[in-house]
Amino acid sequence: MRLSSLGYVARDGFRNIWRNKIMSIASISTVAISLFLLGCVWLFVANVNNMVFNVESELEINAYVEQDLPRETAQALASDIGAYDGVASVEFIPKEEGILMLENRFGTEADLAGTVGENNPLPDMIQLKATNPDLVPVLAEKLTAMEGIDQVRYGQGMVEKLLKTADWLERAGFIGLICISIAAIFLISTSIRVTVFARRDEITIMRLVGATNWYIRWPFLIEGMLTGFFGALLAVAILVLGYNKLVISLMTNMSFIPIMTDQATLLLLGRNILLYGAGLGIVGSFLSVFRYLRV
Amino acid sequence: MIQFFNVNKIYEAEVRVEALKDVNLQIENGEFIFLVGPSGAGKSTLTKLIIREETASSGQVLSDGKSLARMKQRDIPFYRRRIGFVFQDFRLLMTRTVYENVAFAAEAVEMTTTEVRQRVPLVLDMMGIADKRNAYPHQLSGGQQQRLGIARAMVNNPTMIIADEPTGNLDPETSAEIMRIFQAINRRGTTVLIATHDKDMVNLMRKRVIALKEGRIVRDERNGGYQHEA
Ligand SMILES: Nc1ncnc2c1ncn2[C@@H]1O[C@H](COP(=O)(O)OP(=O)(O)O)[C@@H](O)[C@H]1O
Ligand SMILES: [Mg+2]
Repeated sequence: MRLSSLGYVARDGFRNIWRNKIMSIASISTVAISLFLLGCVWLFVANVNNMVFNVESELEINAYVEQDLPRETAQALASDIGAYDGVASVEFIPKEEGILMLENRFGTEADLAGTVGENNPLPDMIQLKATNPDLVPVLAEKLTAMEGIDQVRYGQGMVEKLLKTADWLERAGFIGLICISIAAIFLISTSIRVTVFARRDEITIMRLVGATNWYIRWPFLIEGMLTGFFGALLAVAILVLGYNKLVISLMTNMSFIPIMTDQATLLLLGRNILLYGAGLGIVGSFLSVFRYLRV
Repeated sequence: MIQFFNVNKIYEAEVRVEALKDVNLQIENGEFIFLVGPSGAGKSTLTKLIIREETASSGQVLSDGKSLARMKQRDIPFYRRRIGFVFQDFRLLMTRTVYENVAFAAEAVEMTTTEVRQRVPLVLDMMGIADKRNAYPHQLSGGQQQRLGIARAMVNNPTMIIADEPTGNLDPETSAEIMRIFQAINRRGTTVLIATHDKDMVNLMRKRVIALKEGRIVRDERNGGYQHEA
């Protein structure tokens, strides 16, 4: 095929999608939903790994101070706790500082502190480290019972449970990936087959006037690739928007969850999903083109 | 030049059909030939062998001395670009305009957009349908539709035009008009081969006539007519 014909086949590829709207929409949505679910699994697993990485040690305990407790009382509480047996270190983190830490984690652009202003929803926090992991539950229990302490969080147990879930999800996700791929390929190839059928007159004419096989095939391959790509694009858009929403909401309401906010990782995920979607489309259209398109 | 040497064509469908039997013929460049015979005689099969839609079951079909059966798969499109094919049922794209129908073929043979823009108006003009360029096929008369079919076949400036019953769906007057177009094309040096069973037309034109019957050539006559059997 001549390079100058690229415009023709690309145009016809888009046209194919358009003229076979119903099937195209069905294929694109299926790809989108499948890849979206996959992306969710991937994000969950990535977050668990990130969390394990973030929780420096199993020794850390965060105690959130009641919202209306005076600052001095809270600080006094912190120094009391510092004197307990089994406490290696203690640090008082006022909510102004807490929001800055959040901001750091979220990335450089977000001005959380500026956004929330006076209405900082975070509580003041007392962060302590136990001398021994076995003491963490005991200390936590003790803190919970204290006057002026609202909630106590510590990682122990949860991390392992999460890791197990993530591991299981990773396996399930892999099997899901295979099933989803087969379904998506099948649907895309069916969709292409419908277009091949709808264009049979044009194909006859092209063959008889002397179009090369590749000139005839390319629009269908492009159609498949675009179908997969558009589906993936939809999935990525929903994933990125939804995830960033989730991050903001988690950070302001449940800041103890160390959610992954690395935009580079998110971009990488997006790119991979797009490539994967396009790949599914190409495989699907190849199957149809070489089976149903007599050239 | 097209040559047939002892060509047999057998279709192995549910029933075995011997569509062509021991066909020998030679078509020189620039000739005007009618291929006649009753329905089922093998006319369409013969044209399909020339455009390499089908291959001979035995014997040889040569184009410029080269065997079509042995032509490489990837060379076939380029071979077909030198032949324009015209259908009985026109085979126009009903959702595209006159211009787009011809441009479709021009793009299929990978002319550049510039070439397409130059060539398409030229053949539309040649066929006398330039003023219809934005019309859709259903807005054309039968004769105009077939002119469009011929325009499409001519867009690549072929050395040979093959038409399979091009006037089968047209009234006598319109048929005569289409024949005049083929004559004009032939006068410019293009070989023309027309499969037909339009007796009056063939008798009127006094061109070379090849008559098929049950797959055999029963007559091959210069300046022939349709009627009398050889
Ligand atoms: N693709 C095919 N498969 C099986 N038989 C065919 C096929 N094409 C044509 N034939 C048979 O071959 C014979 C010649 O057909 P054809 O060449 O179309 O004749 P004509 O064009 O003169 O009417 C007929 O008996 C027809 O039924
Ligand atoms: Mg026929």
